[in-house]
Amino acid sequence: MSFLFRRLGFYLLAFWASITLNFLLPRLMPGDPVTRMLSRSQQRLEPQQVDALRTMMGVDGGPLIPEYFSYLGRILTGDFGMSISRFPTPVSEVIASQLPWTLLLGITSLVIAVILGNLLGILAAWRRGGFLDSVAPPLLVFIGSFPYFWLAMGALYIFGINMGVAPMRHAFSVGLVPGFNLEFILDVAAHLFLPALTIVLVSLGGWMLGMRNTMIATNSEDYILMAEAKGLRPHRIMLNYAARNAMLPSVTSMGMSIGFIVGGALLTEVVFAYPGVGYQLLAAVQGLDYPLMQGMFLTITAAVLIANFLVDLVYVRLDPRVRKG
Amino acid sequence: MSQITTDPLTLTPEDPAAESATDRARLGATRLLRTLLRNGKAVAGLSIIVVFIALALLAPVFFPGDPARITSAGAAAPSLEHWLGTTTKGQDVLGLTLWGARSSLFVGFAAGILSTVIGVLIGLSGAYFGRGLDEALSLVTNVFLLVPGLPLLVILAAFMPPGLGTVIVVLVITGWAGSARVMRSQAMSIRGKDYVAAAQVSGERPLRIMVREILPNMASVVMTTLLGCIIGSIGAQAGLEFLGLGDVNTLSWGTNLFWATSDGSLMLGQWWIFVPSGLAIALVAFALALCNYAVDEITNPRLRRPKHATKSTAATTVARKEEK
Repeated sequence: MSFLFRRLGFYLLAFWASITLNFLLPRLMPGDPVTRMLSRSQQRLEPQQVDALRTMMGVDGGPLIPEYFSYLGRILTGDFGMSISRFPTPVSEVIASQLPWTLLLGITSLVIAVILGNLLGILAAWRRGGFLDSVAPPLLVFIGSFPYFWLAMGALYIFGINMGVAPMRHAFSVGLVPGFNLEFILDVAAHLFLPALTIVLVSLGGWMLGMRNTMIATNSEDYILMAEAKGLRPHRIMLNYAARNAMLPSVTSMGMSIGFIVGGALLTEVVFAYPGVGYQLLAAVQGLDYPLMQGMFLTITAAVLIANFLVDLVYVRLDPRVRKG
Repeated sequence: MSQITTDPLTLTPEDPAAESATDRARLGATRLLRTLLRNGKAVAGLSIIVVFIALALLAPVFFPGDPARITSAGAAAPSLEHWLGTTTKGQDVLGLTLWGARSSLFVGFAAGILSTVIGVLIGLSGAYFGRGLDEALSLVTNVFLLVPGLPLLVILAAFMPPGLGTVIVVLVITGWAGSARVMRSQAMSIRGKDYVAAAQVSGERPLRIMVREILPNMASVVMTTLLGCIIGSIGAQAGLEFLGLGDVNTLSWGTNLFWATSDGSLMLGQWWIFVPSGLAIALVAFALALCNYAVDEITNPRLRRPKHATKSTAATTVARKEEK
């Protein structure tokens, strides 16, 4: 338990650090984001709205410390201010409407990539020098070298434009009413397929090689030799003895890579016009919508921290040493 | 005191322990280089990188003048005149790609090297001094590791004045933590070695011990971290610029892709506009990854030579082929 409490404290600290960074950035950087924002945005704002924006961004020259605490208070109650590009919708509302799609895309591709990559890694390490071990790693490393969004562009070009078999944009077909029925779910899955596929393809190689390399180290442990000497069936040794012990680094890097997957998902969404946070991020960047960008940063950070905590829970379940220590 | 008197050698001004440590490391470095050149992956990776650097340097020779100028009708498919076709605006794609290599490689290498240097400094000092400093540095490192990279990149780049310098600074801010963590754990294991203790007892300054005793002995880890940092920086830069957060007027692979999407060439089926820049990023990243795996294989013999020769005959033949 003390391990989990320590981790929880650490995540709270990390979240506090990102809030503070968010608070300080507009105040420390040269230039006035509000002026830049207003000159670019087509919205006509009332003078008091401009003043409110200035206060929020902290460029009105108010005292830093009291402002900091009121900012902390606002963030903790979920008040991220107003979006500029979709004025006057509150930032939290904009994000809340987009977040589920990003979570769907991110979680689906992460889970598939982790399971598939680890399985491939286990098999490759078990048959060292076999077909899988010699062909898959260089191929996957090559695919993994492509930027997420560029592979997405290629997939969209081939399957969406040339062959016309994949949907080009959005998360479900226009005119379909969201609901819990088979037609809607199948349609969502069809729209999810290509974006998820590109993320899985890019990240698969890392998982496979990581698992393969730990598994190779585990394979030379004495208890594997012992298991072989006992005459256990190879499958049992592979999964219950070698893979089980080689899994821990994979679980740790899963926590680390969640942030990375989210970043990849954001860029992939831009290409597929998938209505998640990433697609909105592009709109925010183009509209110089600073409050929305900051709100997204905090929301995504919070999501990543929560995901990491969940990974820690799994870790405690897998590794008894952590529970005792 | 008893430690010093039992080992009079360490008291001599020409510290033999230190010299042998650095000599050993220098020998190790040349040996690493020689083994690298015998490794197929390393040779392939290095050649690709050298070709790209040469092309980037020679870009003004092949395409003199402003590569962004309009030279023909827009959106022409590849032809003899324009090998890779032209963009929607009528710029030569090959010229844009070659010129783009300059800033993409420069930013990637600069940000990668800077992140590694900062990582080495923080990781080494944390591991060497330990206690409070280590706790504090580890905490900061872990926080930066956890905060999702791309959103952080975006808000940093959005608030800073646009330009190449900003892109590098932002990439370093988000990239140093990973290398610091690796460096710290590696330095921790070297920290406990006898020759470090010997150097301390002989009264060497901490900075000298860190740079002359510890650092040379983790050369291969520094190398893999550096390569990883450069790969990460090139990819992250492309992502930032693709979103339009770089300086859209500098030529780079990322901005080429940004213009390709904002001009709608993807939707119009003009593949020749967006394929070259993405392929270039992938090739450079792949080449760096190849070098990385080569260093890994050389320094971790387990990845090269399977111990269980009995498990499959195929495994041993592969190992023999590599040893030749």
